[in-house]
Amino acid sequence: MTVESTGEAASLSHSRRVFAVLSDHRVLVSLAALAVLPWLLPSQALAVNVLIYGVVVMGYNLLFGYTGLLSFGHAAFFGTGAYLTGIAIGRWGLPWFAAVPLAIMASTMLAALIGTISTRTRGIYFSMVTLALAQLVYYVALQASSFTGGENGLRGFTVDRINLLGWQINFLDPVNKYYVLMAFAALALWVQSRILNSPFGAVIEAIRENEQRARACGYDVERCKLIVFMLSGAISAIGGCMSALHLSIVPLDILHYQTSGMIVMMVLLGGARSFFGPFIGAATFLILEDVVSLWTPHWQIVVGAIFVVFVLFLPKGIWGTLLDVLPFARERR
Amino acid sequence: MSTALLQAEGIGRRFGGFTALEGISVSFAKGELTSIIGPNGAGKSTFFNILSGTLSPSMGTLRFKGRELTGLPQHRFVHQGISRSYQITNIFPDLSVHENVRVAAQAMRVSYDIWRRRADLVELSERADAALTSVGLIGKRGEQAKYLAHGQQRALEIAIALVSEPELLLLDEPTAGMGPEETKEMVALLERLAEKRTVLLVEHKMKMVLGLSQRVIVLHHGRLLADGKPEDIRSNSDVRRVYLGQSEGYG
Repeated sequence: MTVESTGEAASLSHSRRVFAVLSDHRVLVSLAALAVLPWLLPSQALAVNVLIYGVVVMGYNLLFGYTGLLSFGHAAFFGTGAYLTGIAIGRWGLPWFAAVPLAIMASTMLAALIGTISTRTRGIYFSMVTLALAQLVYYVALQASSFTGGENGLRGFTVDRINLLGWQINFLDPVNKYYVLMAFAALALWVQSRILNSPFGAVIEAIRENEQRARACGYDVERCKLIVFMLSGAISAIGGCMSALHLSIVPLDILHYQTSGMIVMMVLLGGARSFFGPFIGAATFLILEDVVSLWTPHWQIVVGAIFVVFVLFLPKGIWGTLLDVLPFARERR
Repeated sequence: MSTALLQAEGIGRRFGGFTALEGISVSFAKGELTSIIGPNGAGKSTFFNILSGTLSPSMGTLRFKGRELTGLPQHRFVHQGISRSYQITNIFPDLSVHENVRVAAQAMRVSYDIWRRRADLVELSERADAALTSVGLIGKRGEQAKYLAHGQQRALEIAIALVSEPELLLLDEPTAGMGPEETKEMVALLERLAEKRTVLLVEHKMKMVLGLSQRVIVLHHGRLLADGKPEDIRSNSDVRRVYLGQSEGYG
């Protein structure tokens, strides 16, 4: 085995080695790519949205791409992260640095609840249960309007400056805002990468590959699914916090099942099971939406058609396919 | 019986109105290679699934090293020392051969650690390599499991079951779907495995079973028909009637 692996190492081409190094530092590489995003995309607003949805979809990818659980209710965690951030700042008067952890914790607890119920089911039933429970959260937010603002959304919690150890950052400036939000994305990327590299990361992949075998190996599959459901909800909630801070309003639509559907589309466009795919997927979807809605108000028809083409011909998404095609990237993700 | 490793008492299993197993009482001594045979529908797989925790019995008790196992969830069985393979190849197809075995080894140590690096668990990786060496697959460690030949996948599954260092290894038709060459290799592997641990086989290939096992258990219509040494089974008239008579040339 040593003979073979050293032989393989010797034949590893230069580009392969470079790619391997990049892949080992995927958090930094991803951050570098995100740092130049506002200058690559036509507008800053688009870049911020890619950042936010990228984080949400990345959290979702942990559950869907890496564990193989197709949830149709991730809007619940995205939305709860956003609502709780807004409520904690606007109604309870908490500073943002207390509101954000609180919102993430609340979303994780919600994920524990929804996960406990939904992970008892499998396949299409799992998807339907997550969809139904997430819609329940939507209706709670709609009805509890004295608390959430109901149909009008949650308003009145503008964060205009961020105080970082005495250093005042003007949060209304779009460039500042982008880089402050990128710090949240950095946290999310780092946590996701740690999870994927961890022993638990190996367990969820085993569950995706073969649930029965994973159980026969001695893993408590149900508990592992619940844990990954909570972790996934927590990471998606970070995106929710970012969205609330960015928009200074939380629209009720954030909890709607259409948002959940959009998250699923983004991960499939970008490439499930790839580390950076969620950001590519979010960017592709949002750019398509931007461009096509200039021509026609029925942009969903065009985006939907493109989506169908992707599902049929590029099941690994843009990023996943690219990694497959590039010779030096093959066998790595 | 002080030497009994696994003891099954009055095991029965019903599926709705159908009784698949009834009143099976057997015990397995340490270090023995035992085979379970019987015609199709005899209840072999059901019995096997009960012994490995995949199914829980409707009646009866199961004791392993004197400890009651009845009702434990399947994933706990491995931690007690009972590991199994499946009749239809059951591996992690998209993972590398090495990762297939490494992740199985990991189950005995860490499940929920989300913070350490899995690459730092060097000992698990070494144990995986040792298990791959013992089934002759070490040369394939970097390949994706789905690209292995059928016989190699069967061997890989045995490595997965083996890496937890079980005291009792349950193998469900390890030679299913194999040609004569692959079967010969598998038999050699089984003989090596049985030197060090207790092995329980479900098999279809009669000649192979009778040549390999120290003890044979025959099931028929969900009941225990015979239990004894291979030569006794061969001369048992009940067994000849229900099984051997119609398929002596089989396998």
